[in-house]
Amino acid sequence: MSAIATKYEVVVGLEVHAQVLTQSKMFCGCSTDYLTAPPNANTCPVCLGLPGSLPVINRRAVEATIRTALALNCEIPEFSKFDRKNYFYPDLPKGYQISQYDLPFSRRGHLDFDVRGAPCRCGITRVHLEEDTGKLLHEGAIHEAQSSLVNFNRSGVPLMEIVSEPDLRSADEAREYVMRLRAILQYIGVNNGDMESGQLRCDANVSLRPAGSSELGTKVEVKNMNSFRAIHRAIEYEVVRQTEVLDSGGRLTQETRGWNDARGLTVSQRTKEFAEDYRYFPEPDLPPLDVSRHWVEEIRAGLPELPAARRERFVAAYGLTPYDASLLTSTRPMAEFFEETVRLGGPAKASANWILGDFSRLLNADHKEIQESSIKPTHLQQLLHLVETGGLSGKMAKQTFDAMYHAPDPAPALAEAKGSSQISGDAELAGLVDQVIAENAKSVADFKAGKEQALKFLIGQAMKLSRGRANPQRLDALLREKIV
Amino acid sequence: MKLFHRTIRDLHQMLRDREISSVELTQSVLDQIQAVGDRTKAYLLVTKELALRQAHAADERLRSKRDVRPMTGIPIALKDVLCVKEVASTAGSKILKGFTPPYSATVVERLEAEGAVFLGKTNCDEFAMGSSNENSGYWPVHNPWGLDRVPGGSSGGSAAAVASGEAIAALGSDTGGSIRQPAALTGIVGLKPTYGRVSRYGLIAFASSLDQIGPMTRDVVDSALLLQAIAGHDPRDSTSSPKPVPDYLATLGDGVKGMRLGVPKEYFVAGMEPAVEQSIRDAIRLLEQQGASIEEVSLPHSDVALPAYYIIAPAEASSNLARYDGVRYGYQAEGARNLIEEYMLTRQQGFGAEVKRRIMLGTYALSSGYYDAYYLQAQKVRTLIIDDFKRAFTKVDALLGATSPTVAFPLGAKTQDPVAMYLNDIITIPANLGNVCAISVPCGLADGLPVGLQVIAPGFREDLALRIAFAFEAATEFHKAQSPLMGAAA
Repeated sequence: MSAIATKYEVVVGLEVHAQVLTQSKMFCGCSTDYLTAPPNANTCPVCLGLPGSLPVINRRAVEATIRTALALNCEIPEFSKFDRKNYFYPDLPKGYQISQYDLPFSRRGHLDFDVRGAPCRCGITRVHLEEDTGKLLHEGAIHEAQSSLVNFNRSGVPLMEIVSEPDLRSADEAREYVMRLRAILQYIGVNNGDMESGQLRCDANVSLRPAGSSELGTKVEVKNMNSFRAIHRAIEYEVVRQTEVLDSGGRLTQETRGWNDARGLTVSQRTKEFAEDYRYFPEPDLPPLDVSRHWVEEIRAGLPELPAARRERFVAAYGLTPYDASLLTSTRPMAEFFEETVRLGGPAKASANWILGDFSRLLNADHKEIQESSIKPTHLQQLLHLVETGGLSGKMAKQTFDAMYHAPDPAPALAEAKGSSQISGDAELAGLVDQVIAENAKSVADFKAGKEQALKFLIGQAMKLSRGRANPQRLDALLREKIV
Repeated sequence: MKLFHRTIRDLHQMLRDREISSVELTQSVLDQIQAVGDRTKAYLLVTKELALRQAHAADERLRSKRDVRPMTGIPIALKDVLCVKEVASTAGSKILKGFTPPYSATVVERLEAEGAVFLGKTNCDEFAMGSSNENSGYWPVHNPWGLDRVPGGSSGGSAAAVASGEAIAALGSDTGGSIRQPAALTGIVGLKPTYGRVSRYGLIAFASSLDQIGPMTRDVVDSALLLQAIAGHDPRDSTSSPKPVPDYLATLGDGVKGMRLGVPKEYFVAGMEPAVEQSIRDAIRLLEQQGASIEEVSLPHSDVALPAYYIIAPAEASSNLARYDGVRYGYQAEGARNLIEEYMLTRQQGFGAEVKRRIMLGTYALSSGYYDAYYLQAQKVRTLIIDDFKRAFTKVDALLGATSPTVAFPLGAKTQDPVAMYLNDIITIPANLGNVCAISVPCGLADGLPVGLQVIAPGFREDLALRIAFAFEAATEFHKAQSPLMGAAA
């Protein structure tokens, strides 16, 4: 890659589509649940585009878009409108998509992230709002299918499009950008970040230009990348492919290519020579929107702490390295898991190490998110306490964590670890018992005189000396033995 | 006089007094449909069973004196562009043949709530595109004043039904004159409300920024009554206005004394028939005699209204009609081998010539590279027309002119010349582009055919338009003239 990188400069811009987490659709009252509902159950005249139906704007979806735009440092114009994007396709029931063309809700923002510790900034061209389409189901392969079915449950689900400037210079940068963007969307609660089910989708515009040139080369749009890994692999593949074309004296064509994850390559889908003319024009069924400054400030005030700010705070408040802080804040649930563990008394550095180390390794292997695990901050904190008090070796702790992770309830494994860290051997406890008898003559006398209460006090003293690790049943037995 | 000859106001009183029942009244109108329907061809569908069921329900309501409204028990006709739940609604197009919407338009729901009786769906130009009703995907409508004449369009079926006694009143829709022009050509009253006054929810769209639903009635009182029943904000139509709806009857009789009425000189267009012009001049003089002061005004951009309209309306239509692709409902062509062919065959066979012409015009106007020159330019012209009206209304209270430059022309006279057909709407179109309201009221006959006087009032001043029209009507007998088809049964 490095040889390529010196000859050509890689230029990548990303278009991310994120479904907005609202209860109802963009322009009607239908539920946005399209993943579990039976086909076409969540539809009505509006999202089916029946004659005479009219759209009504979902204010919450607009709010989520402005929220996103503010989190991405965008300007929010006072005047905005919806437009129609006209094209024919069976999953598009009106024959046009209500989208935003020249007056989107926001423009000119940026996103900061870092690649292996080096800071990067990518410009955000715009964040706009549109409606999703239905979904086609082909009977067999698309080119041979004898029939296709349409499910309109997804039709009209609010969809944000986040368009970046062509500021990204490598597959690494592109992947980091999307990871950071996803974290922000999750942080502010506008999207669940699920790429596999298509609730977060990413298209990449990839081009090469001679190093040092400021003109943009012929761009290729890459679609169908369903994971961070796919984004990275697809862009790497395109860079190699385009380099080979250019090096062999060929010319690149402006086209759309689909990423085939199984084969690890991109395949041409359509060329842009016959560019589609979407005939955008202002949506006459929706009046333009005045976005009041008061509303924007209200939305801004409601923004939670964003990853960048939280990362800095983690470094300052907990003494974490910027790298660890960056990883911990990459998802909101992980950052919250960490802070809760620390709040319960877990040491910051050790908590971070466990979350980013063993815990993340296990989660990654299972393709799970931290919030899906049965291990909660209290479990981690208790485990760390056992390690800290010296009763649990590092090796034992790892085994315990593994057992906790794989059990539906981590409590028994934790209890077992507590048990195994107890001092139960009579030889070890003998010294403790002798010390307690020597230092508490009065209580010893009281017990001899028949006061059961005094023995409890003596056990308590021994527990204290052992920092809680002595086995109280054995202490009881040994004390009775020695005193009598 | 038979029941179907009467007005809403009269019938309401008779129903209230239990002098007649809604079933009797409805049967009277259904009988007239039976008698003359095959001559006017006003209806695409007569919903006899529904009408009689509704009439029975209305009689119950009248009997119990519970929530009796002006429209309770009144049989009315609905233009086929209005969706009625589980009743075939085709917008006069073959591409929607067999389509029965699972929901009703807001205006339909409002009339249902008032206890109105629905006689059926009236014929119209396909997707409301036309000025003669000859563009219906099914059959042309004949003018009750002369069966060889067009009734005007696009709400020609509604107009013919009201003028022939086949309905007491009707709803039409007006995008460039489609209520007023057929009203004028059939001697009835037609009101185009201000854009936003009446909900468009459930109106099969032609041009979304211009379409308005409005009443077509025998007289001005009925127009006020029907408008009252359908006007007002609808949360399902974001372009409907939240402005409160005034009581239109309250000011109807206030007269025109002291009012300033303007006569736009541009509205006496070239090609206006002398007899029409004479009727209009006489009507203006009559209003002057009623105490209004008349002055000539100028709406300087009137001449570019028509071309601007024929960019904006087709542009919106090209997008609105994209959904008729044969995939989900309506007509689907057979024999297509792939998706594109399916689209092409369905639309080739399903749409009529005029609809295709406008889809092509609109698609072209919105195309990349032409948008600025056509669509954007037309929107600028629209702003100039809005300003023309604003300026005029600083000087005068309302404007007067003809509704149509001609009386009803013979069927087939203009079908070969689309531009000649478009010119019918030359003095109705500005009101749609200018966000104002306008009413056409009968002002006499020319060569035995009706002429309509157009009263244009500022936006949301339907009260004013109705008041002026009523003052004119009250001083004349023109609205009492009956078409031969209606009169013959008397």
